[in-house]
Amino acid sequence: MSQRIVIDPVTRIEGHLRVDVEVADGRVAKAWASGQMWRGVENILVGRDPRDAWAITQRICGVCTTVHAICSVRAVENALKLEIPLNANYIRNLIILAHAIHDHIVHFYHLSALDWVDVTSALKADPAKAAALAESLSTWSGNSRHEFAKVKERLSGFVGTGQLGIFTNGYWGHPAMKLPPEVNLIAVSHYLQALEVQRYANKIVSILGSKTPHIQNVAVGGVANPLAVDAQSVLTVERLMAIKGWIDKLEDFVKNVYLVDVAAIGAFYPEWTQIGRGIVDYLAAPDIPLDGKGETFALPGGHIADGDLGKFTRIRSFADDYLLKGVSEAVKHSWYEYKAGDAASLHPYEGETAPRYTDFQDEGKYSWLKSPTLYGKPMQVGPLARVLTMLAAGHEPTKKYATETLARVSSIAGIEVGLDAMHSTIGRHAARAVSCAVQVDELAKQWDLLLANMAKGDLDTFNAPSFPRGEQRGMGFHEAPRGILSHWVVIEDGKIRNYQCVVPTTWNAAPRNEKDVPGAYEACLVDTPVAVPEQPLEVLRTVHSFDPCLACAVHVLDTEQAEVVRVKAA
Amino acid sequence: MNTPLLPAHDPAAKPQRAVLLGVGNILLSDEGVGVRLVERILDRHRLPAGVAVLDGGTCAMEMLEDLEHLDLLVIADCVRSGRAPGSVVVLRDDEVPAFFRTKLSPHQVGLADVLATLRFLGRAPRCTVVVGVEPQSLATGMSLSSAVRAALPLAEEALLDALAGGGCALAALREAA
Repeated sequence: MSQRIVIDPVTRIEGHLRVDVEVADGRVAKAWASGQMWRGVENILVGRDPRDAWAITQRICGVCTTVHAICSVRAVENALKLEIPLNANYIRNLIILAHAIHDHIVHFYHLSALDWVDVTSALKADPAKAAALAESLSTWSGNSRHEFAKVKERLSGFVGTGQLGIFTNGYWGHPAMKLPPEVNLIAVSHYLQALEVQRYANKIVSILGSKTPHIQNVAVGGVANPLAVDAQSVLTVERLMAIKGWIDKLEDFVKNVYLVDVAAIGAFYPEWTQIGRGIVDYLAAPDIPLDGKGETFALPGGHIADGDLGKFTRIRSFADDYLLKGVSEAVKHSWYEYKAGDAASLHPYEGETAPRYTDFQDEGKYSWLKSPTLYGKPMQVGPLARVLTMLAAGHEPTKKYATETLARVSSIAGIEVGLDAMHSTIGRHAARAVSCAVQVDELAKQWDLLLANMAKGDLDTFNAPSFPRGEQRGMGFHEAPRGILSHWVVIEDGKIRNYQCVVPTTWNAAPRNEKDVPGAYEACLVDTPVAVPEQPLEVLRTVHSFDPCLACAVHVLDTEQAEVVRVKAA
Repeated sequence: MNTPLLPAHDPAAKPQRAVLLGVGNILLSDEGVGVRLVERILDRHRLPAGVAVLDGGTCAMEMLEDLEHLDLLVIADCVRSGRAPGSVVVLRDDEVPAFFRTKLSPHQVGLADVLATLRFLGRAPRCTVVVGVEPQSLATGMSLSSAVRAALPLAEEALLDALAGGGCALAALREAA
């Protein structure tokens, strides 16, 4: 007999996601992902000045603020064919990369590690053994016996009060938890150290963005940071030197802790390289432009078909037609209606956002997310797509970190783990860490580029936009932490006529499309083992591996809703 | 808004270190009342040393550093407690975690996590006060409902009282001529 498990809401994610799975013989047979909130933000933008759109779109979500701000100005600049000054480009790149590093560290340690790490088991660890193990893997200064003993003591005091606080909602003692106590203690210690380190990335964003947590320096045409080599209250060399110091601290942590932890934890869960494969059509945007027009990029991107790195189509520029012409969104299984009916899949320029709520209908409408496709096919997006497309494009730094990581996993696990293992739940975590290492190196490079350009005497940061009469259309894309983000704007006589955001989580958490083909979460969940239906930890592992972001706060939770997991006969 | 980016922390310093934090999503009408309230207070008051005003939106871990080692944290938020739209509720200290547990606030997850993390690190605010306003509408849109607009003076007063009670009274700016 099969059972239906409803997880609503999925915890430790941004926003309100419901996941339903039908379990037969201990494995997921069928899955539904349902966004439980309506994102009608596009409707707010209609009729507004395109120069204001970025400040509004950065309020869509509490995690992806800078991401929407940058994508929005890129869309408007694309519509106006407006080039931005080099300095503006470098400053935006620094913000993008610092934000991504922050996001990846927080996701791994604070939002998803607890799916794999048993905090209560860490209390049984021997700090001396933990230190010996950690020191055999890394030169990180925070791996001493003293440090681990201190963490163990703090943790036991905390657990002793019966108040787990940040560690509530964990499935402690679950049979799928496999790490030895010492590895759990190392991971909990790094969880705490990551809280300290993430602030350096956040400081970089605040200094460059002029304010935190919502940046204020972005503008259509560039950035609003006055640059100077000496004056007060602007972006001075002194402030830039402080940023360099924080970049070094991030680099140390990402390379000597994050990359190592992902490999070590992954090595204890080798079966998870065989779970969560799902959709292997990958889409990632190129990003970190090296010029003001978006014609060359430090980090390549494109589309990989059928999981075959040989079937790679590169996206070459901000003006590239491949993405522009290939994206459409369907609402057959979404709580919206199109004038053309449910069989239609609309290009974002023609996108409609008209809600039509029904109940949760397994075969009908069941999500507030639309279902996007590229040339009719659903995609997987995110760090795994990013790393695989960079590998397909021959990006050397990515090759280096991916190879090193797979070698480290193989050596700890004592088995050969190859690139194919990346198409999996644990592979998505490994890819995020590899991506983070590439991004931290690139952050240092962009800092060098900015300083070198300023040293030439170029202090320009802004090219004023002008809006001609008539209609202009623009697409801005950005490889955000969770994957490719695109904003699509139609401007008429200087006002926004239509605006659509196609966000990474929409790609991944999409419901079935107009041809009833499941989205990435739904496909990746099939065949996931479930040991204890009342504690569907394995389902959460796969869902969390995507780092869901359902755009915070657009939902309305019932005040009485406390239930997280329901199980019933299907 | 001109708020200090990274207020310097000196535990021995007087006066007290306090943050007035507005949270919520300004794209969902009354959901953004917390942000609107702190904007309103910033427009009309001078901030004494040691007091920072933060527009947190719906952010979470990004605020961690700004909320460490505070003597007083005052949060302005939208609260759904079944009272009449525009009602103002004030919750203090021990009532605050319970308030988040029962999910009265539509964006409880982020801020609740930040506060729990601060407690674990031993850097939680000494006092926490939440001033909540019951919403009338959470529809997509950037303006407040009439009921919530009418409640702004009362909620503002509750926020100022909470700050003053913690030794951080704000001085009103003169109305511009």
